[in-house]
Amino acid sequence: MSNQRIVGIDLGTTNSLVAFMQGDVPVVIPGDDGLNLVPSVVALDENDQIIIGNAARKYLIETPERAVYSIKRLMGRGIEDIREELKLFPFRLAEDLQPAEVLRIKLGDKTFTPPEISAFILRQLKRNAERFFAAPVTQAVITVPAYFNDAQRQATKDAGRIAGLEVLRLVNEPTAASLAFGLDQKQNGIVAVYDLGGGTFDISILKLHDGIFEVMATNGDTHLGGDDIDNLLITIALDDIQGDLGLDVRRNGEIVQTIRKSVIEAKIALSSELVVKLDIELPGGKRYQREITRQQFEALIRPILDRTIAPCKQVMKDAGVTPEQIEEVVLVGGSTRIPTVPALVKEMFRREPHTDLNPDEVVALGAAVQAHILSGGSEVTHNMLLLDVTPLSLGIEVAGGVTDKIILRNSTVPASSTQHYTTQVDGQVNVAVHVLQGERELAKDCRSLARFDLKGIPPMPAGLPRIEVKFLIDANGILHVSAREQRSGKEAEIEVQPSYGLTDEQVESMILESFDSAEEDFRQRQVIEARNEAETILSALEKSKKSPAWGQLTNGERKQIRKLEKALQDVKQQDDYQKIRKAIDVLNQGTMRLAELMMDTAVSTALKGKTMEQADMGESPETGHPVAKADFE
Amino acid sequence: MATESKTARALAETGERACWSCGAPRAAQFCSTCGKVQPPQSVDYFTFFGLPRKLNVDVPALQREFYELSRKLHPDLYGRTSKQEQEWSLEQSSLLNDAYRTLKDPIKRTEYLLRLEGVELEEQSKSATETARVTGEIKKQVVPPDLLEEVFELNMQLEELRMNRKMGEDDPALTGELEVHKTEFEKKYEVLTQELKQYWDQWDRVIDVDQEEKRRQVRDKMVDVLNRRNYIRNLVRDVNEALGS
Repeated sequence: MSNQRIVGIDLGTTNSLVAFMQGDVPVVIPGDDGLNLVPSVVALDENDQIIIGNAARKYLIETPERAVYSIKRLMGRGIEDIREELKLFPFRLAEDLQPAEVLRIKLGDKTFTPPEISAFILRQLKRNAERFFAAPVTQAVITVPAYFNDAQRQATKDAGRIAGLEVLRLVNEPTAASLAFGLDQKQNGIVAVYDLGGGTFDISILKLHDGIFEVMATNGDTHLGGDDIDNLLITIALDDIQGDLGLDVRRNGEIVQTIRKSVIEAKIALSSELVVKLDIELPGGKRYQREITRQQFEALIRPILDRTIAPCKQVMKDAGVTPEQIEEVVLVGGSTRIPTVPALVKEMFRREPHTDLNPDEVVALGAAVQAHILSGGSEVTHNMLLLDVTPLSLGIEVAGGVTDKIILRNSTVPASSTQHYTTQVDGQVNVAVHVLQGERELAKDCRSLARFDLKGIPPMPAGLPRIEVKFLIDANGILHVSAREQRSGKEAEIEVQPSYGLTDEQVESMILESFDSAEEDFRQRQVIEARNEAETILSALEKSKKSPAWGQLTNGERKQIRKLEKALQDVKQQDDYQKIRKAIDVLNQGTMRLAELMMDTAVSTALKGKTMEQADMGESPETGHPVAKADFE
Repeated sequence: MATESKTARALAETGERACWSCGAPRAAQFCSTCGKVQPPQSVDYFTFFGLPRKLNVDVPALQREFYELSRKLHPDLYGRTSKQEQEWSLEQSSLLNDAYRTLKDPIKRTEYLLRLEGVELEEQSKSATETARVTGEIKKQVVPPDLLEEVFELNMQLEELRMNRKMGEDDPALTGELEVHKTEFEKKYEVLTQELKQYWDQWDRVIDVDQEEKRRQVRDKMVDVLNRRNYIRNLVRDVNEALGS
C-alpha cells in the first residue's frame, strides 16, 4: 500500500484551504505565512510571475488589470451565462473570444481559462501541503458547491489535473461539512446544512445513520453569496459618489477595488459593531465618507438573504421532512457570520442553528475526512460512508424541444438510466442526442451539457436499429455515456462535444505547459507514480505467495521471481522513474506463469495470458472494452 | 449490461458464478467469502435485492439491505483497487441505487413491475403533455369515460381562467369553482390509491399460486387504476398551475 497522503481541498470563491487527517482529527495545513486561508486571488506581477493568495491581494488595488478574484463564478460557464457577472465583476475577457469557446481571462497581456486560474490556486495549496509533509502530494479530494452542474464539476476536475493533482473525488461542500460535523458529534438523525459562502449558496438535508451520511435532498443557488452583498454595497457607494460629489469613478479600476476593500471591511466589522464609518480617498482630493449602522446594513441585504428561503422550502419538500423532524441545522460559510443569517435560519427551521464549527474551515476539514475514507480509513472513519445525490435532473431533448427527464434530481449517485434510440430514415447511420441538466420543461430553458452523435450505425430500414445508450452519473456527479447498437451488436461510436468545457486535448496541453515551467514537478510525479505501481505489484506478489499456485512453480521459477522482486525493491528507493518502470516490466514478465496458474485455480480457463498485476486485479484477457466508452473527461 | 465484461459474460453463459478473485461460490453482487465486488449481471431490480416480484415490500428491511450493500459496493471503498474493480463497483452501486429508488416507492415499484410484465404504460408524463402541446400532436392518452363530462367542464373553466388572466381580470366565483373541482379530484385520487393497494394484495396472492389467467386480470386492473390515477394527478397539477398555487 502506498503511504502517500491524500489531501482535502476547499476551493472557495473567496478563500481556499487544504487539510488532512492527522491521526483521528482533520486539521488545516497553513501556508508559509502561517495563515490557514489562502485568498482565491491570482495576479501576474511586473515580471509575469504568477502570485497567489495574500501576496496577490495588493495587486487587486495597485494593478487591477493584472489580478483576478472570484474566478469560481466563471468555472464551467459560457460567455452568454456571465453577462450579468461582467457588469459587477472586473473580469477582463480576451478580445478574440469565440462564442463556443471556453472563457479566457486577461491578466496583463496573457490569457488564462478559469480552470487554469483555479489550478494556480490549487498548485499553491499543493505546495503548502508538500512543504508541510516534506513529501510530494499528488492526490486530492476537492469540494464543489452541491448545486454545481456537470460542466462546473468537470471544470473543477480539469483544474485539479492541470495543477498536477489526481482528483479522487469531488465532494459537495455541505456534505463535506456534515462529515466533519458527524465525526465530531457521532449521532443519528436528520441534519440540515446551510452553506452561504462567498459566491454560492447550498442547502442540504442529510440522514445520519450509524456512520452512513445519506443526502436526502439538496438545493441552492450557484450565484448567491457574500459577493452579492459586496456588489450591492459597492453600487450604493458609486451612486453616492456620483450623486453627492459629482464624480463618476465606475471605470476607475483602482478606485472601485479600493471601495470594494473598504465595504468588505465594513461588512465584516458590522458583524460585531453597531455602526461603521466608510472613509475613502478619491481623485482630486475629495473623500467619500459615510456611516452605516447595522440596522441599515441588515435592511439593505435582506433581499439578498431572502433568496435563500425558497431553496430551503424546496429542499424540505423534496426530502419530505418538516422543520420539526430536523435535529440540527449546521451553519457553514463565512457569510453565516452576519448576525441576520442565524436569525433567518432560526425562523425557517424553528431552532437555534449549530454554530460551534468554524464556518470557514469545516468544508476543508470534511474533505480531509473523505480523503481519509478513500485511502482506506482507520478506526474512526471505517464505518463512515457518504451517499450523495445529483442536485439537478438529467434530461434528453425529444421532439418539439421538450426535455425528457431520465434521472431525477436528488437521486443517489452513482445513478444510471438506459435509453433506446432508433433511426427516422432508411439507411441512417447517425443519431444526434442532446443532453440537458435542469428542472425546466423545455430544452431551451435547461442547461445544455453536451451534444453527441451516435455514429457507425449499420445501414438498416428506418426504425429497425435499436441503439441502447446508457447514461451514468458517477459519485462525483459527472456524467458518462456509453452506447451499443443491439441488433448488430455493434458498438456505436460516441463523440461527446461538451457544450461548455475544455477538451481532453486542451487539458493535456495545459498540463504539459504547466510542466514545462516545472520540470522537477513532472519528474517527481513520475517517480511517485512509478513507486505506487511498484508497490501495487509487490503487494500483489506477496499475496500470491500464499496461493496454491506458488507451490506449483518449480524451485528455479520461484528463485527467479524472488530475484526480480528484490531488484524492484532496491530500485524503488531510487529517484529514477525509468529504472523503476523497467524493473516493474521485468517482474511482470517473470511472473506471467504464476499469474496463469492463479487464474486456473480461480476461474478456470476464462482468463489466460495475463501478467501478474492484471491477474491480481482480475481483468478480462482482452484489452479492448466490449463497448466504446465516451465520457466527458 | 452495457459494460459487462467478456469474463462475466463467459461465466454467465456457463452458469458458473464463482468469485473471479478467490474462486468461492458467491452472492450476486460481491463475494461472500473474500468480499470483492463482482462483475454486474443483467438482472431486474427485484432479483437484485433477492426479492420475489411482489408489490408489498417491507421498506425498512429494504433500507437496511440498501445500507448493507452500499457498504460493500460503493465506489468510495474501491479507491485503491484496480480500474476493473472500480468500474464494477460503479456499475453495481448505480444498479443498487436505481433499484432502491424504484422499489422503495410503491407507485414507481408498481409501474416498474408492470413494465417487467410487458405492459407499455400510457405516457402520462408531463413531458408527453408538453410535447403534445408544442408539436400539436394528440397525446397518447385516453380520458377515462366516466370522467369525460367533468374533465370537459374543468378544461372549459381552466381556459376561461387563463383568458381572464390574460385580460387582467379576476373572477372569484370561477376560482372558487375550480377549487371545488380540485378537491373532488383529490378525493378521487385518494380512492384510486386505496383501490390500487387492494390490487397489490391480490397480485401478491396470485403470484404465490401461479394462476396465469388471474394474474393477467389483476395486472390489467392495476394498469387501468394507474392510468386513471395519473390522469387525475395531471389534472390537479394543471389546476394548481392555473390557480398559481
